[in-house]
Formats: sequence, structure tokens, C-alpha cells
Amino acid sequence: MNNDLSVSNLVKNFGEFTAVDSVSFDVPQGSFFSILGPSGCGKTTLLRMIAGFEEPTSGSIMIRGKDMAGVGPNLRPINLVFQHLALFPMMNVAENIAFGLRRRKVDNATIKKKIETILERVGLPDYAQHQISQLSGGQKQRVAIARCLVLEPSVLLLDEPLGALDLKLREQMKVELKKLQAKVGTTFVYITHDQSEALVMSDRVVVMNKGKFEQLGTPQELYSKPLTPFVAQFVGDNNLWSGVITEISGTDAVIRTDEGFTFRSKVQGTVTVGHRADLFLRPETLRIQPADKEGLNTFDVTVKTILFDGANSRLLTVTPQDHELLVALPQNRSFDYIEPGQTIEVGWHPEAGVCFAAED
Amino acid sequence: MVISKSSKTALWLFLTPVLCWLLLLIVLPHIDLLLMSFGGENDYGDPIWTLQNYRNFFTEPIYWNTFLRTAIFSIITTFITFLLAMPVAFYIVKVVRPRFQGAMVLMLLLPFWVSELVRVYGWMILLRESGVINHFLLKFGLIDKPVEMLYNDATMIMGLVYTSMLFMAVPIISAMESLDDSLIEAAHDLGSGKLVIWYKIILPHCKPGITSGSIVVFMLVLGNYLTPNLMGGKNSLWFTEQIYNQFIASFNWNQGAAFGFMLLLLSSLIIWIGLKLSRQKLGEVAS
Repeated sequence: MNNDLSVSNLVKNFGEFTAVDSVSFDVPQGSFFSILGPSGCGKTTLLRMIAGFEEPTSGSIMIRGKDMAGVGPNLRPINLVFQHLALFPMMNVAENIAFGLRRRKVDNATIKKKIETILERVGLPDYAQHQISQLSGGQKQRVAIARCLVLEPSVLLLDEPLGALDLKLREQMKVELKKLQAKVGTTFVYITHDQSEALVMSDRVVVMNKGKFEQLGTPQELYSKPLTPFVAQFVGDNNLWSGVITEISGTDAVIRTDEGFTFRSKVQGTVTVGHRADLFLRPETLRIQPADKEGLNTFDVTVKTILFDGANSRLLTVTPQDHELLVALPQNRSFDYIEPGQTIEVGWHPEAGVCFAAED
Repeated sequence: MVISKSSKTALWLFLTPVLCWLLLLIVLPHIDLLLMSFGGENDYGDPIWTLQNYRNFFTEPIYWNTFLRTAIFSIITTFITFLLAMPVAFYIVKVVRPRFQGAMVLMLLLPFWVSELVRVYGWMILLRESGVINHFLLKFGLIDKPVEMLYNDATMIMGLVYTSMLFMAVPIISAMESLDDSLIEAAHDLGSGKLVIWYKIILPHCKPGITSGSIVVFMLVLGNYLTPNLMGGKNSLWFTEQIYNQFIASFNWNQGAAFGFMLLLLSSLIIWIGLKLSRQKLGEVAS
């Protein structure tokens, strides 16, 4: 498969500050690629370099095999959906969509046909003559995407376009965007700080922190096999313990936490006996009152509060040493008896936890 | 909304000074002028009502030619001011770093702390035959004998543009401040070059500011007396000079009043045509 976009050793400095630090990646044709990171991690700068609004300090950007150095944003076969959409308020929907086509000197009849087709595709037929101010948030979103897709770009860049929408609509647009991408087959590069957006929509996700890539992989890989403590913490929820490694064999280790628990767990990266390490454990890997304790790490916790959130409900519990832990609470009615103040036993399988050498 | 009786009284109380000001200083004198413009004398020297003062404006070519000349030069001045103010406003709003923006606007404002008279004399010191510019041109051997740069149309227009710059730049700056940078970037991203961005995005967005700036500048230039008189000299033939001459030189207040009203009517007409041509409404521009 060909790569629509390949970026190699890209660096961007602003004075002393390095916003993007030697980043390389390839995006295969027709895939949905996300760049996930906290605000200020350099993802917007990276996107603006791909779109052509910023000159890289060094490194190269290739789009369908063509080097983009020195090519202005108006000449790149790439389009950007802006964070606040940037629809032109002085034009109606049809004029907004026609804007790019007119710059290419496409004739009127073709423009009219293309507008119809693309509006149909994003689910807004008969909206051509509407003013931008008459549209709802989700409709504006779709017009902004249609305005780019009508130009048939090699790559469509999206800069947190769902950020301004309310939660319900955001959930809906996530699914719609994914469906739309599958339908049109255009390569999408999506940047976001919202891990759920990235995980739901993407074929592959890269986690970015402080200008560097932490890990690149499928959403499943990032979630279940984080390679760095940052990824473990940033993608999904995690419980954290600190402790000292007392035993190691291959990727299995024994860690003694600062509160005195001894757990068996997996390790990632270079961890040595006698050194400090951080143990990450997802809430859903903690089993409440396990029937079969064989091979599990078990201990007692006291329930502090029930954080009810439908299928995503959790228990906020504390160990006798006052260490807070989140425990997933399956909504299958078998744990309805649990109330705040109760002490329950929890257990987890050594395969589920992962230890990283502690950062100093 | 229901307004209680006491707040109604308060409203009138606060409006009174404004209404007094409007009535005593604007409406009453204008009514008097209007009446005066229809006044005249018959052959025996008795006061009568007549349209003769207005007829004079149309029958004497010197009057309406002067008016035409004034109006055309005012339009040219307004257009040049607009052409200069646009990049200035863009530079201040979009290019300069935000913390220098205030200073830039202040620099634009600073010359206006000095009276127009002083500023025009400043230009005259620079431009006259024995002025600074001629001095240096002679010194560097670029010319053999001093050139008279004052008292021609080009200099006059330059002076008028200079004195009206602020009134064009400020409304455009405030209109441009609400222009989201990402609109410019989006247009760039969708394949347009700089020219198209100016024409399709920046100008339409700044239209209300441009219109209100143009109206103010046009009215100010049309009604300006000092700059055309000093920098254009006796050849300037500015319509305000005709009004002045009637009032002061000929002591024909009736004719002067009629000219004053012609100026008001015709300039309003020009602005109305301008708004019609650019498909705008005065209410939209003012808001």
C-alpha cells in the first residue's frame, strides 16, 4: 500500500523552544490516522507544518511521494478542517463549498453538480442556499468537511473539529466521521486531545508528548500494551502504585509497593531489581470478590463512593493505607449489594498490570 | 418592556441637555438659514420670498462647476484614503504583535492632537519654494532652481488625505479586529492567493468599517475649508470657499445660505447613491 503522507525527522523550533522534536511517521492511503496529545504537546504545530502554514526547521514532508518543501498552503493537495471551522460568514453554504473549486477555475455547471453530490454525501441535501448562521453546530461541521472534500484532497487534516460541540453531538459526530471516512476513502489525519475520539475513529493512533512521539499503534495496542508511562496514563484511566522491584524474570516481576503490598506483574522497558518502579492497573482489570483466587493478586479495599455512570460505573475505593483506587463496577446486577463503607476483596491477574521504571 | 413613570421622567431628564443642544445649536440655526436661503429683495429693496438664490446655483456655471469639482476631488480623496488606510489597518491588526498595537494606534492618533491649521502649515514649510524639501533638492543638485510644490491639485489632495487618514483607519481597524485569522488561513488552504484573499475575505468583512469611514471622510473633505484654501491656494476652487465668499466677501447671506443647503443636499445625495451602488443600508453601517 502506498503512503499518502510521509513525514521524516521533522523538527520545529520557536527560538529556544522545540515544539516538534524529530518526528517521523507514514500514513497509508485511505486510513484514518490520529495524533493524540495534551494541549501544548506540539500537535497543532505539526499539523500546521503539514498544511503549509509553518515552515519546518528541518526534516521533510512528502505527500504522495512529492516533497512539499517551499510549497504554499494554497498549492498543496491537502486541506484542513479548522478547529473553529472557519466557514466564510459572508457566503452561503453553496458559495462556501464552491470557494475552492472557483480558485481552480472549474466551470459553473461542474461546480453545481459537485456541490449537490458532496452535500448529499455529508447528509445535507437542500441546504445549498442556507446562510452559515442558520446552521446548527453539527451541520456547520459537515459543511466545513464538505468544503474540503469537494476538492478531493490527497489528505484531509482535521484540527480538533469536534471540540466546540456538546457531548451528545460529539458522540454522534464521532461515528459519522468514521463512517464518512470509510465511504469517501480519503486519508484523514485527525488531531485531538480527547483519547476517546482518537480511539473510536482511528485505524492508527500516535500519542505525542512534549514534541515527541511516545507510541504509534492501533487503538487496541495503545490501550492494552502501553510502551511508556505517559501512554499508560494518558490513554484510558489507570490506577497507579509506586514501589520497588524485588524480583524479575523475563517480563514478569514482583513489586513491593510503598504501602507494603507485594504484587506480581508484567514489566515494560528496562526495569532492574532494587530500583523504583510505577505500576499501572486499569480499573476494569480489578475483579470484585473473585471466586477463583488462584494466581491473582488479592487485597482488601473499603468502598468510599459509587461513581454511577451507566455502563461506565466505577467504585472509588481506598486501601487501608488510604491509597485511592478506581474499580470498574459491571452493571450486571451481581454487585448491587455494594454500598459505601463496605470492605470488599479485589483481585487482579498479573498479566493485567504493567510496571515501568520510575521517572526521577 | 414596561417603563415605569419615574424612569420615564429620568429618561426625559437625561435627554433634555441633548435635545436642547440639538434644538438650539443645530435645528434652530438651520431653520433660520433655510428661511434666509429663500429670502431676497425686489427692485425696490423690499424683502421678498424667492427661489432666485437656488436658481443662481444652477444658472451660473462657476457655482455648479465648483461644486462638481469639489465633489469629484472629495471622492478621489476618499478613495485614496481608503487605499492607504487598508494596508495600515491590516498591518496594525494582523501583523504587529498585540502589545505594540496600542502604540501603533496612538502613533496614528498623535498628529491629531495638533490643530489642523498647524499641521497644514507644517506641510507648507516642507513644500514651499523656499521650503525644506526644495532646500535639500538644491543642495544635492537634483534641481537647478526651486520648484513650487504648493498650490496645485495634487498637493491639495495629499493634504486632504493626510488630514482624513485617521477617520478612515479607525473604523477599518475596528472592523478588521473581528476578522478571525483562521478565515484568511482557510481561504489560503482552499487554494487562493493573496489577491483573492483580500478581495473575497478581507474586503467583504471590513465593508461596514470601510463604508462608515468613507462617509465620514467624504463629508469632512467636502466641508473642509482650511486645507484646500491654504494648500490649494486661490486656484483650489473649493465649494466651501464660495459659501465663505458669499457670507463674508459679498455679504450676501441669502445666497450663502442657499449654497450651504445645496452642499448639504448634494452631499447627502452622493452618499445615498454610494450606499445604493454598494448595496448597503445606512442603519447596517451605523450599527
